[in-house]
Amino acid sequence: MRYLPLTQPDRQAMLATIGASSIDDLFVDVPAEARLPGPIVGLPNHASEMAVERHFSNLARKNMAASHHPFFLGAGAYKHHIPATVDHIIQRGEFLTAYTPYQPEIAQGTLQMLFEFQTQVARLFGCDVANASMYDGSTACWEAISMAGRVAKRKKAVLSSGLHPHYVSVANTMAHFTGDTLETALPALNAATDAERLIEAIDDETSCVVVQYPDILGRIGDLSEIAAKAHAHGALLVAVVTEPVALGAIRSPGEMGADIVVGEGQSIGVGLQFGGPYVGLFACKEKFVRQMPGRLCGETVDATGKRGFVLTLSTREQHIRREKATSNICTNAGLCALAFSIHMTLLGERGLRDLAALNHASAVTAAEHLSAVPGVTLVNESFFNEFTLKLSKPARPIVHQLAERGILGGVSLGRLFPGAPDLENGLIIAVTETVTAQDVETLAIALEEILA
Amino acid sequence: MTINQSGWRPEMGTGGDDTVATYTGNRALMLEEALIFEIGDSSTTGVDIAPALKAAPRLGGLERNARIGLPGLSEPETVRHYTRLSRQNYAIDLGLFPLGSCTMKHNPRLNEKIARMKGFADVHPLQPQETVQGALAVIQELAVWLIELTGMYGVAMAPKAGAHGELCGILCIKAALEARGEDRPLILVPESAHGTNPATAAFAGFRVENIPATAEGRVDLAALKARLGPDVAGVMITNPNTCGLFERDMKAISDAVHAAGGYVYCDGANFNAIVGRVRPGDLGIDAMHINLHKTFSTPHGGGGPGSGPVVLSEALAPFGPIPFVSLMKDGSYKLVEEESAGALHPQTFGRMAAFHGQMGMFTRALSYILSHGADGLRQVAEDAVLNANYILRCLEDVLDAPFAASGPCMHEALFSDSGLAEGFSTLDIAKGLIDEGFHPMTVYFPLVVHGAMLVEPTETESKATLDQFIGALRSVACRARQGDAALKSAPHFAPRHRLDETLAARKPVLVWKEAELAQAAE
Repeated sequence: MRYLPLTQPDRQAMLATIGASSIDDLFVDVPAEARLPGPIVGLPNHASEMAVERHFSNLARKNMAASHHPFFLGAGAYKHHIPATVDHIIQRGEFLTAYTPYQPEIAQGTLQMLFEFQTQVARLFGCDVANASMYDGSTACWEAISMAGRVAKRKKAVLSSGLHPHYVSVANTMAHFTGDTLETALPALNAATDAERLIEAIDDETSCVVVQYPDILGRIGDLSEIAAKAHAHGALLVAVVTEPVALGAIRSPGEMGADIVVGEGQSIGVGLQFGGPYVGLFACKEKFVRQMPGRLCGETVDATGKRGFVLTLSTREQHIRREKATSNICTNAGLCALAFSIHMTLLGERGLRDLAALNHASAVTAAEHLSAVPGVTLVNESFFNEFTLKLSKPARPIVHQLAERGILGGVSLGRLFPGAPDLENGLIIAVTETVTAQDVETLAIALEEILA
Repeated sequence: MTINQSGWRPEMGTGGDDTVATYTGNRALMLEEALIFEIGDSSTTGVDIAPALKAAPRLGGLERNARIGLPGLSEPETVRHYTRLSRQNYAIDLGLFPLGSCTMKHNPRLNEKIARMKGFADVHPLQPQETVQGALAVIQELAVWLIELTGMYGVAMAPKAGAHGELCGILCIKAALEARGEDRPLILVPESAHGTNPATAAFAGFRVENIPATAEGRVDLAALKARLGPDVAGVMITNPNTCGLFERDMKAISDAVHAAGGYVYCDGANFNAIVGRVRPGDLGIDAMHINLHKTFSTPHGGGGPGSGPVVLSEALAPFGPIPFVSLMKDGSYKLVEEESAGALHPQTFGRMAAFHGQMGMFTRALSYILSHGADGLRQVAEDAVLNANYILRCLEDVLDAPFAASGPCMHEALFSDSGLAEGFSTLDIAKGLIDEGFHPMTVYFPLVVHGAMLVEPTETESKATLDQFIGALRSVACRARQGDAALKSAPHFAPRHRLDETLAARKPVLVWKEAELAQAAE
């Protein structure tokens, strides 16, 4: 039991100090019928480091790792190269094994990092302020809808059909219990976004309109008109960004009038990790700051006048406000926020723009190549590093056939929107800097054979 | 372009202990570090990116032309920046971190290694399920352990942290009531509860009422029974509770709540005290979240990520969230999502996050569980409780322990500020401990004790460390009782003296702005 430092003589000496004759004396308050007499039967006992590692190695081998195959999956989680520096720094014990910075005098490392992170996120999104992170993009999205309801004092949100269907599901789950109304729709497999539908739907009851940018099919639409209509009716525009690298190439939602911008930060620094942990990004206009959920880090001075950082505006939060808090969130995604921030610092503006340009150019080239395959058409006119193909057959079985050939060939709309026959031929393809020309060629050949 | 063209130098400290000025503001190994916005610039990058292919852009005419304002650093500067920042943090790797209710235990590095295996770390959540069978097997194996350790019927693995787990449990309760066709708007919460409990209930649309505690620090069973009725959806109880005591009447509480038609939610933040010794399922609990970042050693990372699986009773399991992993008859693992939920899990309350839980925390937690095994986990609880009682009994002569007469504590020892000199408070003791090289305990929580100090040593501390901590806390407590003025200005040796939190809240500065620097220079 390598993680337990007490020796048997230690335990005896400590029991004597306490005045207990055995450890059982310390559990006297547990009702007799609930006390377990010994280790739970049927479960294995302790194991060596080597044995545990071997067990996991065997399980890990049963998965197809993205790096080992031509890989084109996106739809809310993206494979990017993460510099080795990122993973080295987040494993420093001072970051890895610290708690939420409740004692700021000995947590300036985490706090300064969070202040930098908040600034990076705010600037990337074109907003005034950002918080210290949420769990992920989908939960950040519901928090934004909930916050917009508090700001507008209304309970009806209009959701774009281009919003990730899992984000819609999360919002539906919560809205069902909070009594909010959500207007949703399925996307159509065409080049135009649903901006017209959204503008039409906004009225004086609307708390917010929620638009993903680029959307689930990869399309990029100008948000300015939606923002103008929303503001004219006292509603807020919530923009959702699932691929923040895109904002190295395209205008920020804040510039186009978004009031709250949330996102999934996974694609910068965090890695795929089979869905988590990821990092929710949350930014907004300064005037809404007191309605924000989650932790905020702020600048101040210490007793000698030196600059320092603290968690602040905590009167919004659960540990002070309890049932009147803006959210119940406590632990967030601190270490993933650190990974995001380190990667962003390594990139800098120049690196981010270069990375975005490389992603976009690779995606454009791949889209041309793949849409030349018989039976394949490109749905998008505009896109960043992700686009949707319409195949001549349902895409879902094809994804499995591609996997049999060792290709992780995108996300089928059939998986994302089960039971929507109009969408079942759609296949979302993400092309990041990790995809080679050879990978695209391999996918094109396989698609041609399968569709023939 | 340089974002800060005037360069940066840390402010010179004046007064306090900083009587000897240095040119840099540094103190040997205590190195000041500027913000990236002050040392970086937007034309510097620490990565080499291949030139893009020539391709006509298809960005819909929405090119971003304006400056973003993101500074870059070269790789060596980046490593140094964050390494310097890291050294301004206290951490479990450096010493005892006795935050009550937070279970800051040793984070084994084997877990880090395993979480980084390509087959777990480099797998996309939407890959075809036949390509992720090993990952699904990990989730299932952990799920089985959590069910066995708690004696419950099922487990929801989706929640992303403890408070998210609370939400999961509360939504299960709400869905179960809906299925019964009942509208019960009220959740009862003890005064001593974590703030997340009432916040969660409110977040899910419930009203919250407090139930009082007895003089010995436990839920007042009679008061609870008196409040139960057809409007009560359930209770949220922490056991062991936030005073560090086991709720002796837990089974009676559960029975009373069930008899009144309600459900029992247990906040499992303190599961470390009882793992392997008591199964919550034997106490009539309907739902309990387990903070993998507490009991099961996944690192807290300066504020997360967490992971909060929720074990569920047979009454609530049908309502748990999707997606979840199911072991099929042919031995394969299936991820039950929206499509198959209709057939396999028809009463689910739905999805609560985009994908399927905190995989990176699952691997770490399972690695920890397998390392300890059933025998080791039982020893974990015993050592955690032993350590806390040792601290309680070694300090009760100098610090008021309001519930010491109630019997042994569980995994955390609770003290109050009673007996300190006029003008001295819990905060002074906390800051004094910082100078002694320890992270302070949880302070001013639970709210039911004046100036509370909640000390949770965990099982991963040696007796020598505990003895040193006890000596340090004894010394600081005595200084506070005697009114040692130097304690009021502690910490003296930390990277910063006490920080002005009032200023931070009154004039919030939440992002760095170029203009500030200009003002400061005036």
